[in-house]
Amino acid sequence: MSKTYNLTTPLSDETISELKSGDIVYLNGIIYTARDAAHKKLVDLLDEGKELPFDLNGAIIYFVGPTPPKPGDPIGSAGPTTSYRMDSYSPRLIAEGLKGMIGKGKRNKDVTDACQKYKAVYFGATGGAGALLGKQIVSAEIIAYPELGPEAIRKLEVVDFPVTVINDSYGEDLYKIGRAQYEIK
Amino acid sequence: MREIAYEEIVKNVRDIIVYSASNLPEDALNAMKEAYENEKSPVSKEVLKQLLKNADIASSEARPLCQDTGLAVFFVKIGADVKVVGGLLKDAINEGTEKGYVEGYLRASTCHPFTRANNKDTVGYNLPAIIHLDIVEGDKIDIEYAAKGGGSENVSRARVFPPAAGKQGVIDYVRECISDAGPNPCPPLTVGVGIGGTFEKAVISSKHALFRNIGSVNEDPEMAELEAVILKELNKLGIGTMGMGGTQTVLAVHIEANPCHIASLPVSVNVQCHSSRHTHITI
Repeated sequence: MSKTYNLTTPLSDETISELKSGDIVYLNGIIYTARDAAHKKLVDLLDEGKELPFDLNGAIIYFVGPTPPKPGDPIGSAGPTTSYRMDSYSPRLIAEGLKGMIGKGKRNKDVTDACQKYKAVYFGATGGAGALLGKQIVSAEIIAYPELGPEAIRKLEVVDFPVTVINDSYGEDLYKIGRAQYEIK
Repeated sequence: MREIAYEEIVKNVRDIIVYSASNLPEDALNAMKEAYENEKSPVSKEVLKQLLKNADIASSEARPLCQDTGLAVFFVKIGADVKVVGGLLKDAINEGTEKGYVEGYLRASTCHPFTRANNKDTVGYNLPAIIHLDIVEGDKIDIEYAAKGGGSENVSRARVFPPAAGKQGVIDYVRECISDAGPNPCPPLTVGVGIGGTFEKAVISSKHALFRNIGSVNEDPEMAELEAVILKELNKLGIGTMGMGGTQTVLAVHIEANPCHIASLPVSVNVQCHSSRHTHITI
């Protein structure tokens, strides 16, 4: 049976161990945005032995490229993008201390293996719910690569940001479990 | 000859782009409500509820439904008795597109294929629009518009089969496409299937099929029947809303069929996410 948690970032190994595929989590605190282009830059920095624009230890990265904010708003609509495009980069970041990723859609085995090995989870947020999810973000600040526009790295403060555990640190996958229950062969 | 001002086209295009970003059309909204009623999985039902709430927030607060405000795709029919005054039709559509994306605070999602750089600035630039143009009888301009997101476009595919593949080949191909896609294209989906024509005709037909209202019936009874068969097959996949598992994976299957070469059976599958932002105006 799925559980519901309220969690504040950064996340510890102990917290990650409690989370199971299908659990609902309301996130609070700081999370960072990055899409394909920013991930490439982060991994390049690691390869060069340079410092990253934010501390990866216990961090959560949200795969999102928001719409521009209207005057007076911290951010525009901000739902998840499809995650597999980050599959080639995520394991490296997980090995360096990343504890959570938020996106939508399937991850490959390299990512789920890394989640097991280094204790991390992949959260799903509802794709296409950008208006609703954007309202749970109370502040947003570009901290790196402004030239990437919507793909720049942003530091977000979120309040009760709703996500579901898709891949936990035990190798379970909610997409497989859910589909198997309703598939008619 | 009826004269239509360039600026009038710019304004109309701008307005439909801004409006469509925040307002799910009635057909899509009704289909989502129906999916919510019919869904057997409590998890998918909960996500559908969240999406209906999202549509409500987007429309009442004029916020984009999704941060992926798409590439702007147009199917335009210009009457042979229309003269556009003050500029070219294509330029007017592009100018209206840029205005819509900038003034509506919509995301600039167009970039160079390799450098991935946005060619103009970081906000609003979403050019060129994708425009399919046709000349027809009459003195009006008919514009069908859709904002096409990347997630659903990425799972779309096309293939030219030998004629022997037949209807079963088409059914199997569409099933394989949607099954492989799983949660990625943001189900529940609309599935456009282009059959026949040449390779590119099938692809464009599958795109245009997505512009048809969900719930409308195909004029060709044979294709209407095939749509129903494929829809039933796809909803056996169990993918559910956002891949959480469930009975409502596909809202509608729309087929556009064309005559084709005696040696070929081209098939294209173009997928649209649950946020099916499309509109149709006549100037």
